[in-house]
Amino acid sequence: MTAGGTLDRRAVVAGLLRDRGELLVITGLGSPSYDVMAAGDHDGNFYLWAAMGSAAMVGLGLALARPDRPVMVVTGDGEQLMGFGALATIALRAPRNLSIVILDNGHFGETGMQPSHAGQGLEFSRVAEAIGFPKVDLVTDMQGVPPLRQRVQACESLNLAVVKIAAENLPRALPPRDGVHVKNRFRMALGHAPA
Amino acid sequence: MAPDLAGATAPGWQRDVFDVLKAAQVKHVVYVPDAGHSTAIRLAEADPSITSVVLTTEQEGIGYLAGAWLGGERGALLMQSSGVGNCINTLALQACTRFPLLMVVTMRGDWAEFNQWQNPMGQAAEAALRLMGVLTWRADDPKDVAPLLRGAATMAFDGDAACAVLLGQRLIGEKEWLK
Repeated sequence: MTAGGTLDRRAVVAGLLRDRGELLVITGLGSPSYDVMAAGDHDGNFYLWAAMGSAAMVGLGLALARPDRPVMVVTGDGEQLMGFGALATIALRAPRNLSIVILDNGHFGETGMQPSHAGQGLEFSRVAEAIGFPKVDLVTDMQGVPPLRQRVQACESLNLAVVKIAAENLPRALPPRDGVHVKNRFRMALGHAPA
Repeated sequence: MAPDLAGATAPGWQRDVFDVLKAAQVKHVVYVPDAGHSTAIRLAEADPSITSVVLTTEQEGIGYLAGAWLGGERGALLMQSSGVGNCINTLALQACTRFPLLMVVTMRGDWAEFNQWQNPMGQAAEAALRLMGVLTWRADDPKDVAPLLRGAATMAFDGDAACAVLLGQRLIGEKEWLK
């Protein structure tokens, strides 16, 4: 099978974030953080810079604490591989307002473009189906992006989308690295004061 | 879930763990099961005001509680000492964002341990937590569980700290191994 796909990751993410409204976004470390940043910094974004494998779980905790808001996790295939079991944990809880978007280029892009498991045959969409995600999308062309954006906003069902993107390292758009600042900014946007 | 006999006869400190968490306004109890936590887990699962989440591995709980806190809610992570090692790298998330992280850790490889494969992580658990900046307390006496956990909750939730209360094997009791 061909690793990854052909889509422009920045165009995909910008499309998902268009007219984002109430959407809260968690990003996995590396390029997904840069992709979300490139679409415009936002108080409702929380960017991870470490804790590889944690993005989807941060999304689960947020989605269950704020069932009134759509929550989208944007991460990469490599990051999600390190949180493989988290998908099982999330499928059990199945919050309707949570979307996991895996940008799959089939490679560990940050570390020299070594082929990942996803680039060597593992298909996350089949994994997600097997462990009980009620809705799974495989997006291989840009026409798939607007319906996915709609699904993210609709909060009708836990869903996971695998988006087949090109394996390329684009110019970095670096989000703020001060985690306390980003945390407080995010919480204040939801009406919570710092300690 | 029907009340089970084990829960009904569990020592009072096990109940104290749940009561302290509840009083601290914990809304999320996330866990990798351990017998020493069985009462707290059962009570949390039965409480409609608490979201209980069983994890596949302990570090999932750190991400989860960070997310819940971003959304304005408090939680706690229950696990066994073997899970401390699984959490080490993920503790960077707490160190760099300073969200309240409250952990309750039942000890293995600590005292009267039958299975020596538990000893390496059990013996290193508290030092490993402290190396990563987690504040720790140990309870070996039933009467210490509630005050130590209450104090840890205060320092976690009011001080944005990572706090762990370790429940020693002398408290939990010797595990009986029957062939």
